[in-house]
Amino acid sequence: MNHFSTLTAFFALMIAAPASAQLSVDVTDDSGSASLKIAVPRLPTSQDVATPAGSTAELGDKIAQVVADDLKNSGLFAPSGPSGMRAVSMEEVTTPRFDSWSGFEALVHGFVRSAGGDSNITVGCYLYDTALKTEMTRQGYVVAPRDWRRAAHKCADAIYARLTGESPFFDSRIAYIAESGPKDARIKRLAIMDSDGANHRFITNGQSIALTPRFSPDYRSILYVSYIGKRVRIFVYDIGTGKQRLVTESTNATFAPRWSPDGRTILFSMAVAGNTDIYRVSAQGGVPVRLTNTPGIDVGGSYSPDGSKIVFESDRSGSQQLYVMGADGSNPYRISYGGGRYATPEWSPRGDLIACTKIAGDFHIAVMTPDGKNERILTDGWQDEAPTWSPNGRVLQFFRTSAGRSGISQVWQVDLTGVNQRRLPTPLSGSDPAWGPLLP
Amino acid sequence: MPTLTRSLMIASAVIALSACAKKTPEELPPPPAETAQPAPAPAPTGPVKGSQEDFLASVSSDRIYFDTDKYDVDAEDQSTLRSQAQWLAANPTARVTVEGHADERGTREYNLALGERRSNAAKNYLASLGVDSSRITTISYGKERPVALGSDEQAWAQNRRAVTVTVQ
Repeated sequence: MNHFSTLTAFFALMIAAPASAQLSVDVTDDSGSASLKIAVPRLPTSQDVATPAGSTAELGDKIAQVVADDLKNSGLFAPSGPSGMRAVSMEEVTTPRFDSWSGFEALVHGFVRSAGGDSNITVGCYLYDTALKTEMTRQGYVVAPRDWRRAAHKCADAIYARLTGESPFFDSRIAYIAESGPKDARIKRLAIMDSDGANHRFITNGQSIALTPRFSPDYRSILYVSYIGKRVRIFVYDIGTGKQRLVTESTNATFAPRWSPDGRTILFSMAVAGNTDIYRVSAQGGVPVRLTNTPGIDVGGSYSPDGSKIVFESDRSGSQQLYVMGADGSNPYRISYGGGRYATPEWSPRGDLIACTKIAGDFHIAVMTPDGKNERILTDGWQDEAPTWSPNGRVLQFFRTSAGRSGISQVWQVDLTGVNQRRLPTPLSGSDPAWGPLLP
Repeated sequence: MPTLTRSLMIASAVIALSACAKKTPEELPPPPAETAQPAPAPAPTGPVKGSQEDFLASVSSDRIYFDTDKYDVDAEDQSTLRSQAQWLAANPTARVTVEGHADERGTREYNLALGERRSNAAKNYLASLGVDSSRITTISYGKERPVALGSDEQAWAQNRRAVTVTVQ
């Protein structure tokens, strides 16, 4: 279990230099060369003391590494360090020796402090513009020693947000399905991890197929489909208690679960006598309300951030296409007209785009505006499927399946330029990633 | 029921068209005898009456196949399902599950819905032959349990299937 309450900012955000001449990075630059050089030396400690997660000096090194990795993996920065960089004194953290960081456009400093033992650690995080010799931001975090990675992600988030002007996203978690075994008897387990793949944990043991998880907006529970009992049903798994319950009691198959943005409503699909429609039900339980009513397959769905609309997938026209309707099921209209089939729509948390799977020969990850226009294809795999948005709506994760008898699936990430793609490091193969919001 | 009516209407439409569409995969069991015939009585030394082995030994096939993104029951499928209905008539206490499957070239959740369509199409046809529908449950596996592992048309054709399995 995470202990969100222990993480508190203790420095007021302080911004020093005028905005006009400062460093900045454009997240929409698709030249592939938007790599700002950032030095990330090891964070010094005022006194090297032991904690359950390692000594404060060790933590200073590990935190700098996570910050550098986060920045590198965003594709927008070219961080260096902490290995191969000189030690930084505590004095330098607030008074950098800018002349010794030539060749870098930005400099990250910070520190780790602890009273020792189980007491919380304090992590400082500073960003400097080396040309202007100015401080761009400073942040501080107090966390339990075991949550040191969260302090590192918060620091990377502060740097990312300050340099790009975008909302942060590193300090977030992902639910997904860990896969192993042969293609015709694949073992599929519900698992969770940090946004960078760390703190990986299996939740189900693989005896029953698990599919399509979704973190609740408060990270307390996970919706997913389980084949336990040889039926297809949606469960809500409570991360704190380890218990789960059915979302709705029915003899029919229920699948494709989704949360509303406020976490109060669950959208799901149910097949009655072979015909699948979309329903909603209170997260507390109760009688489901049917939202679609066609002989076609109506499945999935994703709320707009304000909760007023739902984008979903239907083959009522004869092939899979995307439709938008009111949250009460009213006035459905088709938005996808770009040719081919469209599936698995996900509304960006920013509201400006809808991501989906576009099927035109192979399967691609694509985005379009909510009116169905401005379609852009971001990936080019054999079968890229089921995008999920980063909390800031700037990065997508999806899964990529390879053709052939192995048929391995892996979790991948791509930003909105389509240029920065990478595979997430998971202990096994993976599919159905679902990115949660920024951690509270 | 609207869905049943619709499935049967489609099924009838496809009977008329079935001459022009060859959809069965290459590696199939031999086609069943043309005319309906009573299920053969199990030999004294054969499988236990009512068992899965008995079912497999008695029916022309335990599965029917579908075209891409389709769920209609064509003439060949009907013949297969007739043999299953005959076995069910001869084993009135037996219960079955029809498992609906899709090929890998579809998105996961759509394929679950497609597998539901296919298993229900088979169930509805069995029911139309007089099998009490309470004896037939359905489950969709979508693309989760292929039988053919390749990524080619022949493998996909084998995976687009509805398989009848006895419930023991």
